[in-house]
Amino acid sequence: MSEEKFKDTNASPERYSLNKNLAEMLKGGVIMDVTTPEQAKIAEAAGAVAVMALERVPADIRKQGGVARMSDPKIIKAIKSAVTIPVMAKCRIGHFVEAQILEALGIDYIDESEVLTPADESFHIDKKKFKVPFVCGARNLGEALRRIGEGASMIRTKGEAGTGNVVEAVRHIRTVMGEIRKLQNMPKEELMTAAKEMGAPYDLVLYVAENGKLPVVNFAAGGVATPADAALLMQLGCDGVFVGSGIFKSSNPEKRAKAIVKAVTYYNDPDVLAQVSEDLGEAMPSQEIDKLEDRYAERGW
Amino acid sequence: MIVGVLALQGAVREHMNMISRIGATPLAVKTRDELKKIDALILPGGESTTIGKLMTEFNLKDEIIRRAKEGMPVWGTCAGMILLAKHIVNQENTHLDLMDIWVRRNAYGSQLDSFIAEKRVEGVSEKPIPMVFIRAPYVEKVGSGVKILSEIDGKVVAAREGNLLATAFHPELTDDLSFHRYFIEKM
Repeated sequence: MSEEKFKDTNASPERYSLNKNLAEMLKGGVIMDVTTPEQAKIAEAAGAVAVMALERVPADIRKQGGVARMSDPKIIKAIKSAVTIPVMAKCRIGHFVEAQILEALGIDYIDESEVLTPADESFHIDKKKFKVPFVCGARNLGEALRRIGEGASMIRTKGEAGTGNVVEAVRHIRTVMGEIRKLQNMPKEELMTAAKEMGAPYDLVLYVAENGKLPVVNFAAGGVATPADAALLMQLGCDGVFVGSGIFKSSNPEKRAKAIVKAVTYYNDPDVLAQVSEDLGEAMPSQEIDKLEDRYAERGW
Repeated sequence: MIVGVLALQGAVREHMNMISRIGATPLAVKTRDELKKIDALILPGGESTTIGKLMTEFNLKDEIIRRAKEGMPVWGTCAGMILLAKHIVNQENTHLDLMDIWVRRNAYGSQLDSFIAEKRVEGVSEKPIPMVFIRAPYVEKVGSGVKILSEIDGKVVAAREGNLLATAFHPELTDDLSFHRYFIEKM
């Protein structure tokens, strides 16, 4: 044995830091939903930092209804072997057996996602039992910190998936950022009551109050349809963007995917944004939030 | 001294913090104008395919190559090491094509195979330093002008060729400043 010393990282604090750090590497990037190996290759070629392997994109889940579950492992494996970038996959809220299966498949990140039909209406997965990292959705700071408390190593604000409407994503990122600023300005004696009121672990509330940010990377998601939508969320303070139906439900996925990648890097440069927004064809079909039958963002406890 | 961090995608902030802690001035580099202002450049961790494409499309690639060939110190961590390489195993196209190393991408496997090691690096640190490997590459082979700085389990994980430095791991994710000091003060 040479002089180097390997550390056991299985489900340990070091494993958690490795998992948080993978999310750090994704910053400033776009994670795209894909349903086939061909789409995965288009996403990778367009500059996606990771892909989310799915059977149906959220817009189709909405349209077709019924119970939405974890994807067939065959699809996930085919997508995994098609690309070199990280591959994520979704399991249902609380469905820890789906998560065990995804871990066995050697996926890079699990999304315990409200876009799928919840398997448990009271409890999320104990993510600390897993070696594989988890990303979870949140509408506000309390929800984000509860998920982190359970072991999530990345957060995404929920938005309203499959709508092509960015209004909920904006609401959620503004809410999280606003609540962080509020905690920063509170005297310490008020923080315990703040933790009680938002239903968040006290130690994580203290962390946010001291550091002015979440202890993990925070992406935005849900309703991103254009490069301008993506840049808007970046300017509002997220670290990167998930695009679900927005790419492969548009008329020119390849061009739109490339444009959104550039918009996330140059989110502060209106000249670049103007240039990449030109001639992208039709965006995905969109919906008004008031007319939705199901609001996925309300799933999560 | 102004040390640029290529800020197209990836773990930019972490390198910027380390540069400040040493007392140099960090600059996030997204444009050709910003490239002109810097004395040294760090290519951060992230996705090499993403950074490589953006670097080409926004005309930064040629300028980075020109500056590196004039002698500007350039350091690639993880994805940055892939960007520097002249040879990428199982892949035809390269990115900056500067450093005579054969790099294997995702060489250890998926995120489940990410790990932390500790080792002293001759010439860089007196004590063992933490090495964080995240879906990391390693170097399979080096050209004759390349000096191997560190090996883990028989694989090259840190190397230097003149003004070019490459590490498969992420010193910017630790509290240890040895590699940043080495890059800024000794290159």
